[in-house]
Amino acid sequence: MEGVGVTIAFWVLAALTLIAAGGVMVSRNLLHAVLFLIVTFIGIAGFFVLLSAAFLAMAQIIIYVGAIAVLILFAILLTPRAGRGNSETKFALPATLLAISLAAVFLFVIHDTDWEVVQEDPSLAANQLGEALVGTWVVPFEIASVLLTAALVGAIMLVRTPEEEAEDALA
Amino acid sequence: MRVQFLATDNWYDLRDLSNLSSAILDGLDKIAPQGVVYVAAALIGFVAAFLIFVLPSQLFVGVLGERKLIGRIQSRYGPNRVGPYGVLQPIADALKLLTKESLTPVAADRLVMYMAPVLFVMPAVLMWAVIPFGPNMIFADIPVALVYFLAISSLPVLASFMAGWSHNNKYSLFGAMRIVAMAISYEIPLVLSLLGVVVLTETLSLQEMVFWQDRFDIWLFAVQPLAMIIYFIAVSAELNRTPTDIAEAESEIVAGYLTEYSGMKWGLFYGMDIGYALGAAAFGVTVFFGGWTLFGLEEWVPAWMIFVVKVWAFYFLFIWTRGTLPRLRIDQLMSFAWKYMLPLALFNLLIICTERILWTDAFDGDKPFIYLFAIANIIFAGLLILGWARLLGYRPERTQTRPRMVQEAGGYVPVAPARGEGR
Repeated sequence: MEGVGVTIAFWVLAALTLIAAGGVMVSRNLLHAVLFLIVTFIGIAGFFVLLSAAFLAMAQIIIYVGAIAVLILFAILLTPRAGRGNSETKFALPATLLAISLAAVFLFVIHDTDWEVVQEDPSLAANQLGEALVGTWVVPFEIASVLLTAALVGAIMLVRTPEEEAEDALA
Repeated sequence: MRVQFLATDNWYDLRDLSNLSSAILDGLDKIAPQGVVYVAAALIGFVAAFLIFVLPSQLFVGVLGERKLIGRIQSRYGPNRVGPYGVLQPIADALKLLTKESLTPVAADRLVMYMAPVLFVMPAVLMWAVIPFGPNMIFADIPVALVYFLAISSLPVLASFMAGWSHNNKYSLFGAMRIVAMAISYEIPLVLSLLGVVVLTETLSLQEMVFWQDRFDIWLFAVQPLAMIIYFIAVSAELNRTPTDIAEAESEIVAGYLTEYSGMKWGLFYGMDIGYALGAAAFGVTVFFGGWTLFGLEEWVPAWMIFVVKVWAFYFLFIWTRGTLPRLRIDQLMSFAWKYMLPLALFNLLIICTERILWTDAFDGDKPFIYLFAIANIIFAGLLILGWARLLGYRPERTQTRPRMVQEAGGYVPVAPARGEGR
């Protein structure tokens, strides 16, 4: 996509995404942080639209806003002591350092990569994407789903209490 | 696509309202600076779809028609005092809501509580962008319209959750948790049922789906009966319509996530619930019931009129289920989503994929075979539903023919054994 409108949209989206991402870090209230995170996800979907990848944008909204954000909300609801105000934590300093070094690595990679500029409109159609996913890249695709299932089972095993174990042993 | 009968592109030809809007936009493009025309197009789209169709439908089909019909179903009159036959009742309701005080609890999260109704309204307007009202009457004919609709319709859940959480009230929080759980559970069969349609028509564009149904002279409802039933149940669960409105079940959790809302904030939720039901009806009509086509009648009658009437007819199904069925419990709804609808949706997808491959490879995409598939699929749908109900369902408990107190008090008088297995 080209034009003045696209440039304006890019900067507006960039500001929105970055401010929302900052909000995730700054916000003391866990639920506010999740709401900021949702705004970030929507901003990223906007970038996909600007890159003429409409299907990816929609998938971003369905998966990240519709499913993952909702799951995070659910996790917050089910977490004991996820109160409205979170107090200071002793991990603040190490976490900041880790985030800064991660950002440095990313910036370094982005700066040093020789980006190839595509002149024509890529026109990524949904069926091409589907054929690539379940054709060429079917093995990574399936492994990713197995990994997610393993994570799910692991999470369930981790949160089981001894009482539940005993109940299941009786049954 | 058939040739439009006597269709012209004069602006006064109201059989296709896009003529009028494009005439206005062309004229504006000549006199106004660049960029203004986009704003004007958006405004025209908003006025055309929202103010001409959605809002009157909400007021007079949604609020009034629903209350009248449910009154009829439940043997009472429904609203009949304001205006002739109570037609002005929705306007009176809206005025009442506007003048009521909006209360905010002291411990509430004010900003989130204030934003939730606003965020609830936005997707309700946005989702009309991809619904085709006629051959040219569509705002954004994007190739991924179906996915766009699904993406937009997953947003109001978040607004409902914000509403429920912000009140700092346990009943609201229960409602919010329930709505989130329902949304996650019913999203999966919903998307799987629509995937069958996508596999068959090989497109994600809603307008292309309408053309497909026009070309093969069949509604996808006939080819995908199971998908349509799953879509209807899943969407009414996601929309919180009455047989499944456990998120605001007033007999269990006051009013769920709406407990602390009053005045127009509540009114926005109420009105947009109807807006979402209309949107789901429009989507269902477009995907399963031929959209704006009616087997050639669209050449004589304006296509958008056919579409609007079809949407109202689909909306009647929502009203009907609402008036007829009692509310279900949350565990029943959860197990229904995961144990019944998800496997049936997967079976449906398997069947339709097989047929699609057969149709392309063995029959060269011949038109008559689609009718064969339709008959086969109707039989499959019946067998699957019956078989699954036999396999996993349970018989409703038989009510005792004699009052329990009488038995326990010892006043037992032998009567003829109850029908079937007596106790």
